[in-house]
Amino acid sequence: MTNLTPITDNDLHAYVDGQIDAERRALIEAHLATNPEMADTVASYRAQRVALHEAFDSILSEPLPASMVRRPAFRWVDTATRIAAALILIVLGGAGGWLLRGEAVQPAQVAAIAAPPAGDPFPTWARVAHVVYLPEVRRAVEVKADDATLVPWLAKRVGTPISAPDLKASGFQLQGGRLIPGESKPAAQFLYQDDAGRRVTLYVRHGDTGDRKTGFLFDDADGVGVYYWIDGDRGYALAGDLDRDTLRKVAMQAYEHMAY
Amino acid sequence: MCGGTGAAGPAKVLGTEDVDERGRLIVEQIPRLRRYARALTGDADRADDLVQDCLERAWGKFHLWRSGSNLRAWLFTIMHNLHVNSRRRVAIRPAVVSLSDWVEDRGIAPNQEKAAEVKGVTAALHLLPDDQRAVLLLIALEDMSYQDVARILDIPIGTVMSRLSRGRERLRQLLAAGEAGTAGRMSQR
Repeated sequence: MTNLTPITDNDLHAYVDGQIDAERRALIEAHLATNPEMADTVASYRAQRVALHEAFDSILSEPLPASMVRRPAFRWVDTATRIAAALILIVLGGAGGWLLRGEAVQPAQVAAIAAPPAGDPFPTWARVAHVVYLPEVRRAVEVKADDATLVPWLAKRVGTPISAPDLKASGFQLQGGRLIPGESKPAAQFLYQDDAGRRVTLYVRHGDTGDRKTGFLFDDADGVGVYYWIDGDRGYALAGDLDRDTLRKVAMQAYEHMAY
Repeated sequence: MCGGTGAAGPAKVLGTEDVDERGRLIVEQIPRLRRYARALTGDADRADDLVQDCLERAWGKFHLWRSGSNLRAWLFTIMHNLHVNSRRRVAIRPAVVSLSDWVEDRGIAPNQEKAAEVKGVTAALHLLPDDQRAVLLLIALEDMSYQDVARILDIPIGTVMSRLSRGRERLRQLLAAGEAGTAGRMSQR
């Protein structure tokens, strides 16, 4: 009797791991009954599962170290900083309102209060890098996206593990990247392009960030918007000549990717 | 019980008032994170450091976790990335070991490295390549779905299956050789 669907190695694993549908399971069980070698293999894989649980399950009932159960203190510092910042904004807003009493508060003035730290050089670096390489057609990137060495090479030169986020959900495909100067050490730039030929660049820097934690900030000048955030010693900035909403969506995707 | 914002659906939306709930959800996962980290690294201290780093990062990034999605897979992903990073750092800058530790280590290690001497699944596990060990543990110990493992390790499902297959086969040989070795010595007596 021959079977039209031969049992594969993957089937055996899926069978052992219970990740198989009932129909296929029945088929495999029929096979095992007549194939002692295959049955041996399955038995040994099962035995491995049991042995692993015997060796490590006791850890599940070990008491948890206190440091793990407690929410880390720095989060509260973060929260406190955020509350303080919000209070300052409210006070400033109030003061502004008092000083400007009788006049309507201009949107630009409000925006100035809510803007990122004045003169933060970080987004400027990203913007300049974006503007410099944007017009290049054939030499927009130094190393193309299909070159497997792209990310490892940039990570090595920048000095921290980095990855190029997948922005396909926003329609942007990674074209490649290049090494560019940061303030005191190399930084990386990834270039993305959509079907309409629109480009965004992601600037990644390690060190030179003032070791701080920022939220998600927006900086706009010369028609190039930059969303950026700094997470300890790493800074990320997404620059593009898109409308602010679209750019924010793309940047959020990069942000979420970097959360891992 | 009520007071929700009315968004119907299985996914529970966590607001800022749910910090305790978030805490509970994360704490619930800690024993399994520790089990996996211990099995993966073979060293209780290193494993707990890894879990600790993972938890700190998870707290910091918790707002990015979409409630209703698989929290366990998310935590394991973070931990896996931290593990890879730490291995990369170790590879770039090898740890400095004192001479006496080194001599002591060498006194034990050479025997253990011979497959014939391997006893027990713990020792055999550490003779597997790291990639295969991770896949095997996530599936055989942590009971993760193949899809989740592919997502956690950021590799195609075909790679998950081939690593699983090679890992299991290698582990089988190691354990069989270990048993044969033990039996051999016993029969010589």
